[in-house]
Amino acid sequence: MSTKRKIYIGLMQGLMYLCTGLTAALVLFLFGYVLIKGIPNVTWELLSTKPSYLANRIGILPDILNTIYIVIATLLVVLPLGVGAAIYLTEYAQNKKVVEVIEYAAETLSGIPSIIYGLVGMLLFSNNFGTSILAGALTLVIMNLPTVMRTTQESLKTVPQSYREGAFGLGAGKWRVIRTVVLPGCVDGVITGCILSIGRIIGESAALLFTAGYAHAVNGFFKGLRSPGATLTVALYVYAKEEGEFAVAFAIAAILMILTLLINLSTTLVGKYFGKRRNV
Amino acid sequence: MRKNKIFEDIVHAIFLLLGLITVGCVVIITVYLIISGIPAIKEIGLINFLFGKEWASTAADPKFGILPFILTSIYGTAGAIVIGVPVGFFTAVYLSKIANSKVRAIMESAVNLLAGIPSVVYGLVGMLILVPAIRKTFNVPDGSGLLAAIVVLAIMILPNIIKVSITSLDAVPIEYEDASYALGASPIETFFKVSVPAAKSGIAAAVVLGVGRAIGEAMAVMMVAGNVANMPSLFQSVRFLTTAVASEMAYSSPGSLQRNALFSIALVLYMFIMLINAALNFFLKRDKEK
Repeated sequence: MSTKRKIYIGLMQGLMYLCTGLTAALVLFLFGYVLIKGIPNVTWELLSTKPSYLANRIGILPDILNTIYIVIATLLVVLPLGVGAAIYLTEYAQNKKVVEVIEYAAETLSGIPSIIYGLVGMLLFSNNFGTSILAGALTLVIMNLPTVMRTTQESLKTVPQSYREGAFGLGAGKWRVIRTVVLPGCVDGVITGCILSIGRIIGESAALLFTAGYAHAVNGFFKGLRSPGATLTVALYVYAKEEGEFAVAFAIAAILMILTLLINLSTTLVGKYFGKRRNV
Repeated sequence: MRKNKIFEDIVHAIFLLLGLITVGCVVIITVYLIISGIPAIKEIGLINFLFGKEWASTAADPKFGILPFILTSIYGTAGAIVIGVPVGFFTAVYLSKIANSKVRAIMESAVNLLAGIPSVVYGLVGMLILVPAIRKTFNVPDGSGLLAAIVVLAIMILPNIIKVSITSLDAVPIEYEDASYALGASPIETFFKVSVPAAKSGIAAAVVLGVGRAIGEAMAVMMVAGNVANMPSLFQSVRFLTTAVASEMAYSSPGSLQRNALFSIALVLYMFIMLINAALNFFLKRDKEK
């Protein structure tokens, strides 16, 4: 082998190890740093109270509740829409052009930056419902629609055509086939879509700043929907950038990191669980 | 039987409606952005708006030139690509072609974690580690600026680049590589001279996806870029298109020229994203056709 080739091979090999090592080190460092700086600040008092100037303390209970409300509200709307759209695409659509247009639209939606969602959400929803969790949730519905649609579509494609034909052969109508054969087959896709959406909702900030606002009040679910409120991510931004409360910011960051970890873990588990069942 | 047919038609219509929702959303977003973005551009003048070098929205004699934001967004994205793409590319080749299944599984979940970290967390870490580090290393008065934003963006696009590149490298037919081995090429030569060119559409798509993510990122950049409307320079505080919108939206009053100009900036950003989407689609299609 010529020297030139040897150098080329060595160089490429070195670069690959270097870059992979760099990526691994980056992940380790980010997680380690945030957890080490954040975990000691996660106290029961922080988790269970709301901010109070009188007592001079910061609590993130309202932000936790707001995050839960916005996740529930968003999923309640986006699931029927996304699953319905996926069913239309795989079960009904005959015209290839229509399918192409819808899929292109979904791709476009998933490429739009969240700050633009924030602006449009402000114009569309906040101007009608006021700056509120509901307006934020509706904005997130548009953002997560492509995700739910795609995961459902993927799992619908794995439902064997023969199942549908069998049901049709027994005289079932289209709706009945969808209800009894197709829908149960796409449970894994819907769950995966749910988990991915939850991850995206928890991590979202730019789209919520102008639609859901950044109040820290403890409300019940229905009153919460109609009031402005910060989610954990928005609260992190406000505490770090506007108020310089880095201890609280790191505590929230650590919580977000752990949630990210759990969400990734559950996507893998769901994939494994359903993958195994299907192979049986 | 007749009744059944009507029922089925209704169900069909409902699903059709649901299917068209994504299209409706895109149309609504586009229309809203155009309607709210045009007035300010008309008032300021397209040339003055796009190529004006000065942005002073709250001055007594307000100036609305967004050239600094456009250039900052372009430079910032280019910088992130220059750093992020090589790192992501070599990592992807290693994971797709060389790593054993255990290493690959671990690294893939690490990359997924990286993708899942909220952007404000990147911003927070950047604020507290990167910004002081840049200040000390380069001996500048303030570390927050274009360079800090570039590094944060490079890290944020890394998972996209790695994941999309791996998918397309995995799809290269094994026969191509076998043929290359048979001609006496070493594995490394095969990977870089046969597999990579065969996967080039997919890798191009990965890069375009990275561009889209970098140009659209707002919060992390907001926390590390310093946020002053300067012309871009590595160590100066700068504003991106995204952060220009985010930073003034909260205090601009509805209906004012300032707020309308912010919508116009969003419209410009949207145009960029549409171009990037079209490019992405082009590469993905070519990758599939192969």
